[in-house]
Amino acid sequence: MIDPEVLAPPVRIALMGNPNCGKTALYNLLTGSRQKVANYAGVTVERKEGTLHTTSGRRVSVLDLPGAYSLNALSNDEALTRDVVTGHSREALPDLLVCVTDATNLRLHLRMVLELRRLGLPMVVVLNKMDRVEKLGIRIDQELLAKELAVPVVGTVGVHAHGADGLRTFLDQPVQPSVHRPWTAPGLEQVLATQQDVQRIYKRVVTEPTVDRDPSDRIDKVMMHPIWGFAILAVVLFLTFVAVFSVGGWLTGFIEDGMDLLAALITGHMAEGSFRDLLVEGVIGGVGSVLVFLPQILILFLFILGLEASGYLPRAAFLLDRPMSKAGLSGRSFIPLLSSFACAIPGIMATRTIGNWRDRLTTILIAPLMACSARIPVYTLLIAAMFPSDPVSGALVMVGLYVLGIVAAMTVAWVIKRTDRDKSHAPLLMELPPYQWPDLRSLVIGIYERGMIFLKRVGTVIMALTIVMWALSSTPSPWATATGTPMEQSLAGELGHALEYVFAPIGFNAEISVALVPGMAAREVVVSSLGMVYAVEGDDAEMGAQLRERITRDWSTGTKLSLLMWLVFAPQCLSTFVVVKRETGSWRTMWIMGGYLFGLAYLASLITYQLTIAITG
Amino acid sequence: MSGESGSTIKLNELPNDQWARVVEVEVPTDSADRELVLRLVELGFVPDELLCIVAVGLPGREPLAVRLGGTTFALRRHEASFIRVSPR
Repeated sequence: MIDPEVLAPPVRIALMGNPNCGKTALYNLLTGSRQKVANYAGVTVERKEGTLHTTSGRRVSVLDLPGAYSLNALSNDEALTRDVVTGHSREALPDLLVCVTDATNLRLHLRMVLELRRLGLPMVVVLNKMDRVEKLGIRIDQELLAKELAVPVVGTVGVHAHGADGLRTFLDQPVQPSVHRPWTAPGLEQVLATQQDVQRIYKRVVTEPTVDRDPSDRIDKVMMHPIWGFAILAVVLFLTFVAVFSVGGWLTGFIEDGMDLLAALITGHMAEGSFRDLLVEGVIGGVGSVLVFLPQILILFLFILGLEASGYLPRAAFLLDRPMSKAGLSGRSFIPLLSSFACAIPGIMATRTIGNWRDRLTTILIAPLMACSARIPVYTLLIAAMFPSDPVSGALVMVGLYVLGIVAAMTVAWVIKRTDRDKSHAPLLMELPPYQWPDLRSLVIGIYERGMIFLKRVGTVIMALTIVMWALSSTPSPWATATGTPMEQSLAGELGHALEYVFAPIGFNAEISVALVPGMAAREVVVSSLGMVYAVEGDDAEMGAQLRERITRDWSTGTKLSLLMWLVFAPQCLSTFVVVKRETGSWRTMWIMGGYLFGLAYLASLITYQLTIAITG
Repeated sequence: MSGESGSTIKLNELPNDQWARVVEVEVPTDSADRELVLRLVELGFVPDELLCIVAVGLPGREPLAVRLGGTTFALRRHEASFIRVSPR
């Protein structure tokens, strides 16, 4: 007698497969917007869970496991996947294992299927990218494959709206009972034996076309060419930069207008008082000055996610591997570092794919030196104030600041390599997947996620810091001895005077010093803090113009340059620190990073300021 | 990890755009290298498979982009040196 419960259709399924099998697109297609992203307990691997509806309308929860080439894990991501499917994690075993394969590349992906089959879990093999199989002229005998594997096989197209209908129907069928067997790491002999099975099954099931229709190799001849490849990479990076600053800047104008309108509305409809001041100056002035950079951040992410999905970024990493190895890094660090230009946090999280611990740590330590998008507002303000009527010099200085960050990062990586006694060999071993058009759905979901993370940050950390700053600068100090503006007599003024002792040698006055304090937690608030301590009033656009004028008039060239240096190097993001602690599991690493960045910033500012003073007299 | 001997070369010595057949995968003595070789075998670098170097980094032909079946992998010369191939 069979227990009817055992033969029920699955309620919890887990998706797994090799990297580049199109699993993310399939997961996004299955679950749409019904997704939750969190972290696995105790480890820092992203846990993605969503809900799908089967053909009959049943709800099934879907766990998206990190891609893995093998259960013999070489990185954190792979280890987590192994632990979940072998029952060694807090995660309950899924009712059904959905093993996703790239049907155009079964030779590589079948081995994982055979390895997973040994676990004895109920399982289905998904042949994804079936549209490309047709286009490339590959023929797969699905029935024979199912028979050879003794596992059901379903074809899908992760990038078509109805591409997973077959899988949705399959999920309404009852699953076979589990006969879970413990997993032991296979040795070389066993892996070779499995590969012979794969070769045999592949030959029986798959008929390859006689003519190679995959254009990837021909594209690669240009993309990975020692000269053309670098020229194309330079153009791609340049276009990204231009798009962020021109298109992004243009969109920013609309948000600015909206903020001004809101500020005018509130000013017009509320009675005068400190609550109105808080709303207009603190919340709209402060938060608004950060919010306007949302388009630029999203455009940068659009480029990075799109380039990654197209398969281009691994090629760029290949090209840059040799130059980066001079600095003690490898091509594997390229994608995390590129992401850090948008924000260091996803950049640092992307280092999870770097198997070599020393390489990963170095990449994490230098990621904050990549000029993240939060620096744009501060850089823009200072440069506009320094070159009020010369946009060309301004643009050159902007590029220079980005380059300075990169050069500093490479130097730090080189120093770390020189001082490290561990000279073990770091492998590259990276797949260069076939070129493809990015899946629009995944792109939209990816950008939406980044946008929400940014907005949450604006709504919490940045809002809180802005309000604290506003309160400090509008509360009179009980110990005020100084006579002067209300600002000088406020709590913020007192703080500024105390800090001036530390910052005077690098040319910062009390106002700058106090504005930098909340900037340590989130660099975006430096601009609005400066606005507050200089007690400039009015809405966003007016505030910016007034502040620029004050800076042009009041600060010496040395101070402006010194502040730019400070902003390039100084640790100015609490969230980055939290992520570094989480990713490395070490407070020490976090403090080392903070310490070296602070030291570097102070030194660079000191040299810049003192030199400028000496030259300009 | 057998295969026939004869005129075989290491993968890192294979000229660009020259197809070759994998003959043998050497088992290194170093444990980190063994882990690496195990991964290479898992990725499909096993006897009888055909491969070809489609691009190389400069200077010094490092790294190598190796086309194996439907996949291209970026390898270092060090990893590649454990794979013996026979050019066709």
